[in-house]
Amino acid sequence: MSLNVILFFVLALIAAVSSVMMITRRQAVISALFLVINFFALAGIYLLLQAQFIAVVQVIVYAGAIMVLFLFVIMLINTETEEKFLERAKSFKIFAIAIALLVFAEMAYAILHAHPSALLPKISENVSNGTIQSVGKALYTDYVVPFEAAGFLLLSATIGALILAKKKFD
Amino acid sequence: MLENYIPIILVLVIAAIFAGAIIASSRIFGPKRPSKAKVMPYESGKNPIGAARQRFSVKYYLVAMLFIIFDIEVIYVYPWGVEFKNLLNSHGMFAFWPMFIFLVVLELGFLYIFKKGGLKWD
Amino acid sequence: MNQSTFLQILPFIILSAGIVVAILVEIFTTKGKALLPAFFSVLFLANSLLSLAQINVSSNLYQMLALGGKAAFFNFIFSIGALIAVMSSVNYVKKYGANFGEYYILLASSVLGMMLMAGALDLFVVFLGLEVMSINFYILAGINRKKKTANEASLKYFLLGAFATGFVVYGIGLIYGSAGNTNLNFIINNFTRLLKMPLFVIGLGLFFVGFSFKIAAFPFHMWVPDVYQGAATSVTGLMSTIGKAAAFSVLIFAISPVTFNGAEHIFRPYFATLAILSTLYASIVAIAQTNLKRMLAYSSIVHAGYMSIGLAAGNVYSVAGIIFYLAAYTFMNLGAFGVIAIVEDENDGKTDLKAFAGLHKKNPMLAGFMALFMFALAGIPPLAGFFGKYYVFVGAIKQNLLYLALVGITASLISVYFYLRVVVYMYFKDEEEDFEIKTDYPGMFAVLVSGIFVLIFGVFPSILMKLITSVLR
Repeated sequence: MSLNVILFFVLALIAAVSSVMMITRRQAVISALFLVINFFALAGIYLLLQAQFIAVVQVIVYAGAIMVLFLFVIMLINTETEEKFLERAKSFKIFAIAIALLVFAEMAYAILHAHPSALLPKISENVSNGTIQSVGKALYTDYVVPFEAAGFLLLSATIGALILAKKKFD
Repeated sequence: MLENYIPIILVLVIAAIFAGAIIASSRIFGPKRPSKAKVMPYESGKNPIGAARQRFSVKYYLVAMLFIIFDIEVIYVYPWGVEFKNLLNSHGMFAFWPMFIFLVVLELGFLYIFKKGGLKWD
Repeated sequence: MNQSTFLQILPFIILSAGIVVAILVEIFTTKGKALLPAFFSVLFLANSLLSLAQINVSSNLYQMLALGGKAAFFNFIFSIGALIAVMSSVNYVKKYGANFGEYYILLASSVLGMMLMAGALDLFVVFLGLEVMSINFYILAGINRKKKTANEASLKYFLLGAFATGFVVYGIGLIYGSAGNTNLNFIINNFTRLLKMPLFVIGLGLFFVGFSFKIAAFPFHMWVPDVYQGAATSVTGLMSTIGKAAAFSVLIFAISPVTFNGAEHIFRPYFATLAILSTLYASIVAIAQTNLKRMLAYSSIVHAGYMSIGLAAGNVYSVAGIIFYLAAYTFMNLGAFGVIAIVEDENDGKTDLKAFAGLHKKNPMLAGFMALFMFALAGIPPLAGFFGKYYVFVGAIKQNLLYLALVGITASLISVYFYLRVVVYMYFKDEEEDFEIKTDYPGMFAVLVSGIFVLIFGVFPSILMKLITSVLR
């Protein structure tokens, strides 16, 4: 077995275990910390897939910034009432399990049956699609329109954050 | 390819072992004589008041949101910085202007929060 | 980049530069924000004229953004609609308690998102345009944080809208996974081959489901009544008209190249179901509504249903009919919301049917315009709404979909009841509450402009129809 495969199984195990731990913890903060571990494991898997850029984004944005936001949300809300709500809403669990199974079936199908599309260009051995250089090359030339649109999206988000959350807004 | 990451993996593994060993050793070797005052939650030397889980002000959340927004902005700048020299060779100044506009738009947002007092703690 | 391309992206440049300038004005001046409505009105007017001038030239930008043609026509509708919305906002936001410069900045940003959606040639641009539009709508819906209803509307809209966007993104992911490309033209050219892949079909389905949320069609309509009622009236007018038009523009762009080439039936089961459920359900529920904003919310679901009939038929006539309908609907609905915005008082009150009782005596002009918009929405000839329905139904009949046309006609007959009830209240009932309607010149101007467009499109529908058929070729 090559190092790649061993690393993949280690990372996959960490990701699976941490996500199960995440949804079974009672304390929301602890769940969030398991989610961080999960994000890191996923970043490792992205690296194995030669998607360096996504791996970096996964660590900086998801494991870093989004997790901070999650923790703040947990602190903002009153978790006790949430827990009571969850106890009442047992039927949600069945719904959640059904959705999870559906997504699992879909992904299993995607992985097992969908052979690489005939329309796709043949993937060569040394892919460079995920490197930061190739992302940069595409993003600032062919994809410049969505790139600038993203700028305006972030601008609106900035203004909106201030309008909706600033204590004294005039 | 993957060999390049061996140092990083090593660092991660050593860090995990080190941190685990420190915590474990204090568990194993440290004396354990719990008393009421000792197991009490630490709150700057005072007796704790109320539950630890209290609702925080939405002000913190504003800071977190602004942090995310600018974090994402940095993500966009990162590949540009890596690729800039090649882009400059192949596209000339066109490599520069898209990022310039992007940054102007976002710094405008920053200026906006700054001037509106979004970073003030009132 | 040559000169004609520059002229074609000029509306985008003007609007983005306008947003930047407006933020600078908002930051650095204290009194400058009073000028922002006028500033944006001029921008939107310029954009609408520029887009109209570019309709016959079509090109694209980096295979990302379609310029001219259909996109320019939609940009024209968005700009005029936004102009009317800005006009009816000027005095409304003052009494609503949201007289911030940011209100207009966010409004303009949402229009930028719609323009991106209407021109999108790539799934990335579709997604980003959708997000730019929706994020601004979420904020605009809750812009007055002191109002509980507005908070509820904003939160509901955000949660369900984010959920819908999740569907769209998942769909895009699966489509990309099976096609290996996000370019819409590539996907459309290889459509029959892609359709054999189950994952592509699932992706397409998720994409459509997400957009069905955005156009507010029946099984995905839960957010509509509360959001439309809770948000500021001027914002509701904006998102129910050009916001819906933007979502439809993406569907039309994605579907029509496939259906025009002899595969009309592929999307029919989905959109026919949507159409039947939306029209019948919402037109019956709307009868029970006494709040005008809520009633118009259900009416918006009904209209989404009529337009889905056009998507189900999928031929040139019906698609041209949808575009006509969207243009007509934009003016009728913006006009109706404009009237409500004028009548509404400081505390969100006076949006009930009761408040409109005897409006005819109090303010004959306002009552006259409201009656005009109600007749137009009900589809009474010779107003714009009638021809919108007419073209869509004729398109369906040409496709041998008589049952869809019949369902549409049945729903129109039911809806006549609740539209005409407003007219009856205004003209034949005595006023129940004694209150004064403040004169609002910009608001009146917005109502007047909408009314003129409703009349022009109704009396001379061929002007607009010629333009639309020319861009569809």
